[in-house]
Amino acid sequence: MNGKKLLLCSIVFLLMMMIPLSHFDTVQKSEAFSPRVLQKGSTGDDVIELQSRLQYLGFYNGKIDGLFGWGTYWAVRNFQYEYSLNVDGLVGSETKAKLEKASQFNKQWVHEQLRSGREFTYYGGTPLDKQTKKKDTGGTGQQKNNQQQNNQQQNNQQQNQGNQGNDDTPPEPTSVNVPSGYSQNDIKLLANAVYGEARGESYVGQVAVAAVILNRVESPTFPNTVSGVIFEPRAFTAVSDGQIWLTPNDQAKDAVVDALNGMDPTGEALYYFNPATATSDWIWSRPQIKKIGKHIFCK
Amino acid sequence: MLRWLFIAVLSIAVVGVGFWGYQEHQEKNAILIQAENNYQRSFHDLTYHVDSLHDKIGTVLAMNSPRSLSPQLAEIWRITSDAHSEVGQLPLTLLPFNKTEEFLSNIGDFSYRTAVRGLDKEPLTDEETKMLEKLYQQSGDIKRELRNVQHLALENDLRWMDVQLALVNNDEPADNTIIDGFKTVEKNVETFSESSFQEQLNGVSKHADEEIKLKGDKINKDDVKSIAKDLFQLKDGNIKITSSGDGSDIKVYSASFEQENKHGYMDITQKGGYVFSMILNRDIGNKSIGLHDGMKKAEQYLSKLGYENMEAYNSAEYSNVGVYSFAYSADNVRIYPDSVQVKVALDNGDVIGLSARDYLVNHETRDIKEPEITMEEAKKEVNPNVDIQEQSLAVIDNDLGEEVLVYEFLGTMGEDTYRIYINASDGFEERVERLKSTEVKFDTSA
Repeated sequence: MNGKKLLLCSIVFLLMMMIPLSHFDTVQKSEAFSPRVLQKGSTGDDVIELQSRLQYLGFYNGKIDGLFGWGTYWAVRNFQYEYSLNVDGLVGSETKAKLEKASQFNKQWVHEQLRSGREFTYYGGTPLDKQTKKKDTGGTGQQKNNQQQNNQQQNNQQQNQGNQGNDDTPPEPTSVNVPSGYSQNDIKLLANAVYGEARGESYVGQVAVAAVILNRVESPTFPNTVSGVIFEPRAFTAVSDGQIWLTPNDQAKDAVVDALNGMDPTGEALYYFNPATATSDWIWSRPQIKKIGKHIFCK
Repeated sequence: MLRWLFIAVLSIAVVGVGFWGYQEHQEKNAILIQAENNYQRSFHDLTYHVDSLHDKIGTVLAMNSPRSLSPQLAEIWRITSDAHSEVGQLPLTLLPFNKTEEFLSNIGDFSYRTAVRGLDKEPLTDEETKMLEKLYQQSGDIKRELRNVQHLALENDLRWMDVQLALVNNDEPADNTIIDGFKTVEKNVETFSESSFQEQLNGVSKHADEEIKLKGDKINKDDVKSIAKDLFQLKDGNIKITSSGDGSDIKVYSASFEQENKHGYMDITQKGGYVFSMILNRDIGNKSIGLHDGMKKAEQYLSKLGYENMEAYNSAEYSNVGVYSFAYSADNVRIYPDSVQVKVALDNGDVIGLSARDYLVNHETRDIKEPEITMEEAKKEVNPNVDIQEQSLAVIDNDLGEEVLVYEFLGTMGEDTYRIYINASDGFEERVERLKSTEVKFDTSA
């Protein structure tokens, strides 16, 4: 009786184990690209796959970074041209199908390289272990693991089953989009200034402060760089009293990116002030444009 | 005994505190001196540069051959840029000194434009020479005034830190030489009428003084409410509407609303009721649609607002948000000045941002002339090392702020992509841009 129950239990248990496994298997097989259409500017998992496959075929020589930049764009167009597809730089179902047919993609290997932060390439016909620059810290176990995988690219499906656990989360793209002409560091600096000046303001109020800084950069009467404007003596109270060095939150960063992308809720204002704390008479004499939150924006 | 012990401990404490206080004082002084020295350096550099600016303009007036004129004008341009950056490092922001800064940057623009235009072919006109004479006189005035301030500052050991304190506290110290001196400079420049520059520099700030004409009738606040309600997709009408003040170039109504987890802000022009800019802020969930589908949503949105023939020329994805730039396209000519930016949330495809200023300010029915040179001729003007991949016709604002018809070439050289504009009437290489819109993450672990 007891033994029977145990047997039944274990069978049920085994069956339960099987279901997710087999389910996962089918997902793995059918999954290649996601159905979304990729175009210049796209980021994510499927861009990693796109770049890898293009590199496998020799069209793409840049870094596999998960970001559809200009290099990827030209690679896609050349691929489309060579495979007599419509040359538009868009990666839709047709282009994807052709790519999948023509190339191979060892997802696990590529993802692992990305996660470990190593420099690597993914050209077809070259053994994978020759395509990484080994970091001196790379553990021997990992390298051995790589070599095993390299021998059998086609076998990676089975291997995926083995360690599906750590393959669930795709690695983050290693590059990011930035508004033309700016660096992530400029964004950070602006976000610092915006957060220091207007962290009590609404999102729009923060975009507005960022927009004023950028309007000043454009204006002939102010310095011509973001840092020049921010660090102009006595220009911003947050700079004078050190609040600029507080750690900005994500909202301030988003506000800065919006402003860099051309959002300006202020109507091209060059100054703003808080009427409750403004000490200068002169600032009141400026023609006012509007009030957003606590700040009055003016020319 | 206890008393003596007490006194001893106390006196050690007093000496210790005194020593600590002295050290603090020393440190503070060292920092103050360093800050002061920075200000002093900027100030003396500024006077020196304004002086040499005056000299150089004088030499230009005495020069004859274009071959020596151009480098000299370029030199003036460089000096003004130096002087400009020095003004930016002085604590003058609370002091009205912006006319002088503008003056410096105007001299820079003027000398740059005349220096690059090729004086062999187009020598200085009489007007321009007159302009230079005026600038010579004006910069002489500024130079004299600044040198005077400098002399007084050196003579009386004036400190910029004191100036800064005076400006902060808004009180009037007895000796206010520096502030007064700068105010005199500013007044001098003000009398030098801006119009004399405007004649020469039209185009540089093209839309600054021009009245912006919008078609359509005046709208009232009820109209604004219904537009805003529609675009924000709000059911209840809790929308705050304000009108813009005297300082705005374009009169707008601002509509805003605030709810628990989202808030929005929108500018609508009072004339014509055009949506000028719109921002909707909310938490954005996981990405469910791609960048391309987001672009279609943006296109739909634009056509709903009445924009036609808009063509996307840039797209980028930032953490679950798609940002697109559109430009108006007339008979396959892309008009870059008429651009609109649209931001789409990639969780449900809603448009959450719009900036249409450029389009509304610049858009007009243009009379686009036929190009005078052919695409093939224009291609010859492009650096032969650039591998041209795409070509089209476009209208851009060039360096002088004029709209010109150009051939636009997208090409690659090595790993980089370039956008090259060749003037379609004379083959002049108007602009070359290295296209860079991505950057390797610095911190991959974050």
